[in-house]
Amino acid sequence: MTKGVDVDLENVWIRFGDFVAVREANVNIKGGEFFSFLGPSGCGKTTILRSVSGFLEPSDGKVRIGGKDMAGIGPNKRPTALIFQNLALFPLMKVWENITFSMEVKGASKAERRKRADELLDMIALPDQGDKLPSELSGGQKQRVAIARALCAEPDVLLLDEPLSALDLKLRQHMRTELREIQQRVGITFIYITHDQGEALTMSDNVAVMRAGIIDQIGTGHSVYNDPATPFVASFVGENNVFRGKIKSIDGDMALVSTNRTGELLARIATSAQGKMNVGDSAMMFIRPEACNIAEDISPAANRFTARVKHEEFEGQIYNVFLEGAEGKEIKMSLVNVGKQRQSAEDNNLTLEYMPDQAVVLPAGELASE
Amino acid sequence: MRTNSLLPRLLIGAYLVVFFGYLLGPLIVMSITAFNSPSFPKMTPWECLTFEWFDVLARDERILTGIENSLIVGVGTVILSVIMGLSGALMLTQIWPKLRATYYTIVIAPILIPGVVLGISTLVFWDRISIMLGMSTGGILHNGIFLTILGQSTFIASYCMLVFIARLQRFDTGLTEAALDLGATPVQAFRKILLPFMKPAIGSAAVLAFLASFENYNTTTFTFGKFPTLTIELAQKVRYGINPSISALAFIIIVLTIIGALIHEIYRRRQQLALANGAPVAAVSGGFQLPKIFRGNPAAIILVLLALGGASTIWFSQSYSPGVCKMDVREQKRLIQEERIKEIRAKRQLELQQKQLKSPDSSGDIKSDAPVTQSPGKGAFGNVFDPGNLDKAAPKSETEKPAESPGKGAFGDVFAPKNLDKATPKDD
Ligand SMILES: Nc1ncnc2c1ncn2[C@@H]1O[C@H](COP(=O)(O)OP(=O)(O)O)[C@@H](O)[C@H]1O
Ligand SMILES: [Mg+2]
Repeated sequence: MTKGVDVDLENVWIRFGDFVAVREANVNIKGGEFFSFLGPSGCGKTTILRSVSGFLEPSDGKVRIGGKDMAGIGPNKRPTALIFQNLALFPLMKVWENITFSMEVKGASKAERRKRADELLDMIALPDQGDKLPSELSGGQKQRVAIARALCAEPDVLLLDEPLSALDLKLRQHMRTELREIQQRVGITFIYITHDQGEALTMSDNVAVMRAGIIDQIGTGHSVYNDPATPFVASFVGENNVFRGKIKSIDGDMALVSTNRTGELLARIATSAQGKMNVGDSAMMFIRPEACNIAEDISPAANRFTARVKHEEFEGQIYNVFLEGAEGKEIKMSLVNVGKQRQSAEDNNLTLEYMPDQAVVLPAGELASE
Repeated sequence: MRTNSLLPRLLIGAYLVVFFGYLLGPLIVMSITAFNSPSFPKMTPWECLTFEWFDVLARDERILTGIENSLIVGVGTVILSVIMGLSGALMLTQIWPKLRATYYTIVIAPILIPGVVLGISTLVFWDRISIMLGMSTGGILHNGIFLTILGQSTFIASYCMLVFIARLQRFDTGLTEAALDLGATPVQAFRKILLPFMKPAIGSAAVLAFLASFENYNTTTFTFGKFPTLTIELAQKVRYGINPSISALAFIIIVLTIIGALIHEIYRRRQQLALANGAPVAAVSGGFQLPKIFRGNPAAIILVLLALGGASTIWFSQSYSPGVCKMDVREQKRLIQEERIKEIRAKRQLELQQKQLKSPDSSGDIKSDAPVTQSPGKGAFGNVFDPGNLDKAAPKSETEKPAESPGKGAFGDVFAPKNLDKATPKDD
């Protein structure tokens, strides 16, 4: 079995005329890793992937695969296989011909190809579907054929461009698990692109979060979620409540922030900002909905705040409570449904509390747009 | 509502009749004249059902070589135009986006330039080239087939290109990228992905190019040299008067066109059917099987009808001999003429009698003349409008023909194409 190889982007810039699509990307992806690029649509994810697969030369910087500089090497000579956003299955070829296209162009015999196709069809749980046309398959089946076609080329690196975006929710969740399994079985490097943070977090060893051509943070799903490097990451990855204010005092890695509306609140300074923040700096504090709870003791404290409940939602496993926040924004709190009928608190004031080390302070900056 | 909709419906019906009459009428009339025996193409009066004009056509050397030249030129033009059109269309997708509009205008221009201009410029251009290269006037650059193919291709390639561009716009360039990504060379990607995708368009473009080439006159008329195509031959023929063998040719072309269209339609329906059946829903539901039978049948019926019609026509044309009918027609004409001669005689007699009437005898003679004056549709001076009068112009040829070539009158015909050939041997 081919073992995955490293992929490194060194100071990569990609420009289209005056427009900078990718700015100074530095990424080291280890062999056999499941690595995701996560970012909103149009932030340059596909562009990065195309520079790895060879359809695009970086305007500046280097792309290395397995330590080898890829400059001037065309897509058909690189050890990569790309699964396109729209799959790009060949509509006039049968499924088995699609899967073994990479062997056909190398001159493999028909018998050989047929045999390999059957193996791969078994692997993707589509036995006996080889003689169909792609148009005769369902979305999920097409998806798997595209994966089999890419794997048939025995690449060292598999590149996936939002491969699940066309599928419905159930199938998407199922395919996540399946993709992860395939990756672990074949052991090659996967570079996965998505705008869905759920996908990125569930599957990846490491995630790069991108904003408008800039990579804001690279890290494990945990660190990206719990210890965001920028307000953009904090607000883009998962849901977050943002509180704007100024730093009142700093004590080690904890800071007291005087917020505009909810008083003085205590939070942990994010790792990337530690040692870089001073008293008086404008800051943003983030508290996740699930980190909030209803306080039993309502006396004022640095980890409590009070707001009026605007409305509530019952979502099955959780209740969402929306409270009035600053600047017309809502503060969201999620409570786990423990089976008891909850008394609605609509139009009443409610005091919430949180664990200060679950709240994060960052220098004020750009947020992800809703 | 319903009373209101009657008038518009009638109007639409009338419009359709006029429209289709305008479109198809000439073709139908032309086809019918191919089966009528008079030696000038006409539908009325209907004289005899005959297939002799097909015979005449099949023996007309000039028409045959014209067809042959047209076919050679057609094939050459198809090959050249499809290749040029395809590369032109591919070029359009490749060049710098800002240049695209300009490029498009330039390559489409030949469609807008009059064919006459293209013909002349082709002739002049290649003549110059030939002189520059110091070639003799008998060289390839002066060859009529060569020049005609080049001349026609200048604008037919643009037509082909339009067809290809339309198809290319639906092509997902991601497919080529996918092929490259899977290790294909650019040539392999072209051959295995783009070319199969373009195949239907190549077929349409080839048919279009062939038809455009086959019917072309105004460009060809400058370039054909020693190789007149069918259209050139027809045009030259018409100048010296025509016979129904041209109708016969028209009929053959019309029938071939209809058959071609039918085959295409059948093929298209089959494909649709296959698509409909391939859809996952159709595989399960039994309701989809009925339309399959229903839709499959008309095609089969048409084919069977065509085969039967073709077979019976061939049988009929071989067993049927219009000779008897023609004799009848001649007999009739002879009778009419005799009648007329009688009438004239009778008239003279009448005049004589009237002169004699001034002398008071022979009242019995008037009675004996009565049947002549009473003969229907023939007033004393009504003969001027008698269709039979038309024949008066050539009463001799009518009566002499059967004597000259019994059975196959056509070859003795003054209007037979062979005679034309003899008359104009220096023409080309
Ligand atoms: N070939 C191109 N020419 C000009 N601009 C491009 C081109 N390809 C992408 N872009 C621009 O680069 C940005 C990033 O695109 P892309 O990488 O496709 O985003 P995404 O993250 O959604 O995959 C977009 O603003 C897009 O308009
Ligand atoms: Mg994209």
